[in-house]
Amino acid sequence: MIRFFKQREVMLLAIIAIIVALVTTRSSGFGTPRNLAAVFNDTAVLAMLACGQLLVILTRSIDLSVAANLALTGMIAAMINAAMPGVPVEVLIVGCVVVGGLLGAFNGVLVWKLNIPPIVVTLGTLTIYRGAVFLVSGGTWVNAVDMSDRFKELTRLVFLGLPMLSWFAIVVIALFVLLMARTSLGRSFYAAGINPTAATYAGIDVGKTKFIAFTISGMVAGLAGYLWVSRYVIASVDVARGLELQVVAACVIGGVSIAGGIGTVGGAVLGALFLGVINNALPVIGVSPFWQMAISGAAIITAVIFNARGERKRGRIILKSAEAA
Amino acid sequence: MTDTTNTPHRHIPDRLDNPVKSAVFSWETLLVLVGVAIFTANAFASPYFLNEWSLSDLTFNFTEKAVIALAMALLIISGEIDLSVAAIIALASTLMGMAVQWGVPTPGLVAIGIGVGLACGAFNGFLVTGLKLPSIVVTIGTMSLFRGLSYAILGDQAYGGYPADFSWLGQGYVWWVISFELVFFIAAAIVFWFVLHRTNFGRRIFAIGNNALAAQFSGVRVARIKFVLFCLTGLMSGIAAVMLTARLGSTRPSIAQGWELEVITMVVLGGVSILGGAGSILGVVLAALIMGLVTFGLGLLNVPGIVMSIFIGGLLISVIALPILYRMWKERRQ
Repeated sequence: MIRFFKQREVMLLAIIAIIVALVTTRSSGFGTPRNLAAVFNDTAVLAMLACGQLLVILTRSIDLSVAANLALTGMIAAMINAAMPGVPVEVLIVGCVVVGGLLGAFNGVLVWKLNIPPIVVTLGTLTIYRGAVFLVSGGTWVNAVDMSDRFKELTRLVFLGLPMLSWFAIVVIALFVLLMARTSLGRSFYAAGINPTAATYAGIDVGKTKFIAFTISGMVAGLAGYLWVSRYVIASVDVARGLELQVVAACVIGGVSIAGGIGTVGGAVLGALFLGVINNALPVIGVSPFWQMAISGAAIITAVIFNARGERKRGRIILKSAEAA
Repeated sequence: MTDTTNTPHRHIPDRLDNPVKSAVFSWETLLVLVGVAIFTANAFASPYFLNEWSLSDLTFNFTEKAVIALAMALLIISGEIDLSVAAIIALASTLMGMAVQWGVPTPGLVAIGIGVGLACGAFNGFLVTGLKLPSIVVTIGTMSLFRGLSYAILGDQAYGGYPADFSWLGQGYVWWVISFELVFFIAAAIVFWFVLHRTNFGRRIFAIGNNALAAQFSGVRVARIKFVLFCLTGLMSGIAAVMLTARLGSTRPSIAQGWELEVITMVVLGGVSILGGAGSILGVVLAALIMGLVTFGLGLLNVPGIVMSIFIGGLLISVIALPILYRMWKERRQ
């Protein structure tokens, strides 16, 4: 089983390397470490969100509200910064995580306590949060001029050759790896997804596990809210519209099974990097960036087909080994 | 709520309720009451509301979405979902716009719109039933693919210049203030009502939604019926694309953005169980009317569209949450 997971990640890594190599033959600057670091920086937010989404999908749920959550927390942070430049950015970041976590917890409560299907809950909160951005901002946007210098610079500061935005992503990804591999909470996400009945008998509260997954996904989205606004120095109603689909796409491409219980942090991050490399490669090889959406759609479908095959094959292997034993 | 397994505990009564009583306390009756209340509130809130042309305009608000909702209801009852309907509209509309540039006349345009819808639906159906993939991710994928193709073709451009007789399909009136769109919707609703509630095919859809495995063992061709339902949803999306394009007279890749949510809200508000196996066409029609009344009423009061979407999102969640809360409250009292 472990070998299979590794295969998926190795396969993805190989595909990414091939794409980078092919694009580099067309444009020699693409494969340089400097440009690859820029691509990673570009994908940092997507990779973080994919980690949060991973937890939710593992528990047989889906969170379509992350992009709206990001837009709302980003807008709140930008407006506070514009109104009160004296508030330290660190406090704002903590605030973003808290607000995002609360928005995620709201999804989680509806799924946990009322048993409403997650897709319905998050389709609903997606529009509510997006509309709330309009309500808090009154339809206006916050620009570079209104933001304090530190607010804008924090994601750009270079540390050991990488911008802070990349470091944020690296730390978040590392935390997720620790969570999934080294804590019983991390393992309970897998248990709750692969067999909820067995998990319940093993003493895991499946509903509560889903609630925690949604809350963590929301916290990551909140953090991403600040990072996004700081990076692109704009907060508006339309920020990151449609990003939720890219996040789900990253997970699915990374081998996360939408049926729950299967997937790794490494897969989700590589899925995000795959999309990031494609998005950055298109303009370089002279393809209109308007193709991005269609390509990620095709990538999702292909990945789902692959995942389904892998899952079926895995089932057979287990049966065989059980017979042999 | 300590029991979190996925098995629903179905209470089976010794005898069925009195039919009059169950009709009075049905979801549809509640919808009628809500509809009447919103209608009355609208009439008081705006002096422009009670006017035959205002009421006619109101119908344009929901007919295109409701046409898709009819087919979506059948699909959701069978236990599947299609999130790509709005993207199908975008792709169908874009290809119709392309055809206009080549001078294709109206019948050809309609055929292209409907044909593209049907083809997209068949593609979804093939992925879900042929390759046995979960419909949620498949249609998230095709949603991105179909709209993405539309962006790839159009970019930041727009198509226009649709012929005048084509516009009639979206703007024309059959008689007095009764629009073609409304007539088509009513006719389609009657057909869907008949199919779902009066034919073997309809009973099979319910059977699949309640227990696909049992249905399979009872001789129902589950995969084939689901495939037909995906095709039907695509077809109705294609028809909606024709009407919407004709009404707007132009095509952008962002056309009908977010409609999948409104269509699903209509279906769920109409009392169709999102888990499959239960629902009625009458409920969906009433829900479509209510959503039309709400958005039109708010529009008359100058509420911006994005704020309306908060109402619709809230409506979707509360419509599902309230009956659950009520049941929990009742259980606690016992």
